[in-house]
Amino acid sequence: MDGMHDMGGKQGFGRVRYSPEAKVFHEPWEVRANALYSLAVKLGIVNMDEYRYAIERMEPRHYLSASYYERSLTSVATLFVEKEIFTLHELEQMAQGAFPLSAPGVPGRKNLAMREEINLHDRVRVSSDFVAGHVRMPAYIRGKCGVVVGKSPAYPFPDAHAHGVEAENEPTFDVQFRSEDLWPHSTDSALVHVGVFHSYLEKVNVQF
Amino acid sequence: MMTEHKNIHNIASVQNRTDAVEAAFEKHGFKPAEFIEDFKHLAEEKWIPENGARVVAKAWVDPSFRKSLLTNGRQAILDMGLTMPAHHRHLVALENTSTQHNVICCTLCSCTAFSIIGLPPDWYKDLEYRARIVRESRTVLKEMGLDLPNDVEIRVWDTTTDTRYMVIPERPAHTSGWSEERLASIVSKDAMIGVARL
Repeated sequence: MDGMHDMGGKQGFGRVRYSPEAKVFHEPWEVRANALYSLAVKLGIVNMDEYRYAIERMEPRHYLSASYYERSLTSVATLFVEKEIFTLHELEQMAQGAFPLSAPGVPGRKNLAMREEINLHDRVRVSSDFVAGHVRMPAYIRGKCGVVVGKSPAYPFPDAHAHGVEAENEPTFDVQFRSEDLWPHSTDSALVHVGVFHSYLEKVNVQF
Repeated sequence: MMTEHKNIHNIASVQNRTDAVEAAFEKHGFKPAEFIEDFKHLAEEKWIPENGARVVAKAWVDPSFRKSLLTNGRQAILDMGLTMPAHHRHLVALENTSTQHNVICCTLCSCTAFSIIGLPPDWYKDLEYRARIVRESRTVLKEMGLDLPNDVEIRVWDTTTDTRYMVIPERPAHTSGWSEERLASIVSKDAMIGVARL
């Protein structure tokens, strides 16, 4: 989905709030929120793609104003309510106030049925698809061309895995893009590498 | 009592919401308390940048290890006795040189090789870094205190899958003859993310 979470290349943000002594956790509840998400994954109740998708489904104003760990907490609560393990009413009674959850999801999709063989150094184009559900293709590479510089072992296909859809595992490719191709005339010069699932890629046959 | 309307004045504090989820886990038999204690221990004492620092130092002094690390990072770190979660199926080590500088990020969420380089710092997960580092890498690094010479090419790595990345910083020239242990002591989390050089 073209959600608020898809931050890469968004403009208008100021300086990174950086400190060399930056902390991982600031408040004790953050460690607990992180642990509860980790426990949900360990118990096999929630997989990583479901977890990420439930964060992406947060109402955009809530997403932007929430801290990282509040997003984790919202995702876990949403998924446990959706899976009918506990109810929103139960949570709100215990929290003594409203407990905003993420918006409902939409159906997922399977892998691309026909996936061309892709090898290192191949020139590839990223799909131009607009996907309503979970997808790990950042919008800034949609339809863009790059070169394959790495290949991973096969992973669950997120567009299916986040939605409980049966699908094949497939490799991802580290694709190298020129920043000038991604944001013409509006970027610092760099090589930008993105991990791209096989189903999001097609080969470009360079002809001279 | 509570309605489903999202009355912003009525939202429970995030602390209370965390308490509620923990209590709901407890009520439904998921035993969160013990897990939270174990998790704290892992987060504070096991998933620390000293792990990655050992990897970097070893890569600097041991050419055959360096080769294994660059070929199959996950296997190389497992052989050192380090761990990665099962869903991190691949670790790619990115070597900086005098003309190439690597920096990692996750524009979609906050993925990192946290068991190796430590849990990500707050700014890594924040909106500014996620939005800007892919598009304005040189400017952002400079703002963060890393002013790279113009002839150094920047390579940004966006962690959009469960493959994980770590930067192998350049070994400082003044460290010739140092022991592996002493070398590891100068390798920081920020250098393995790629927002600092040593």
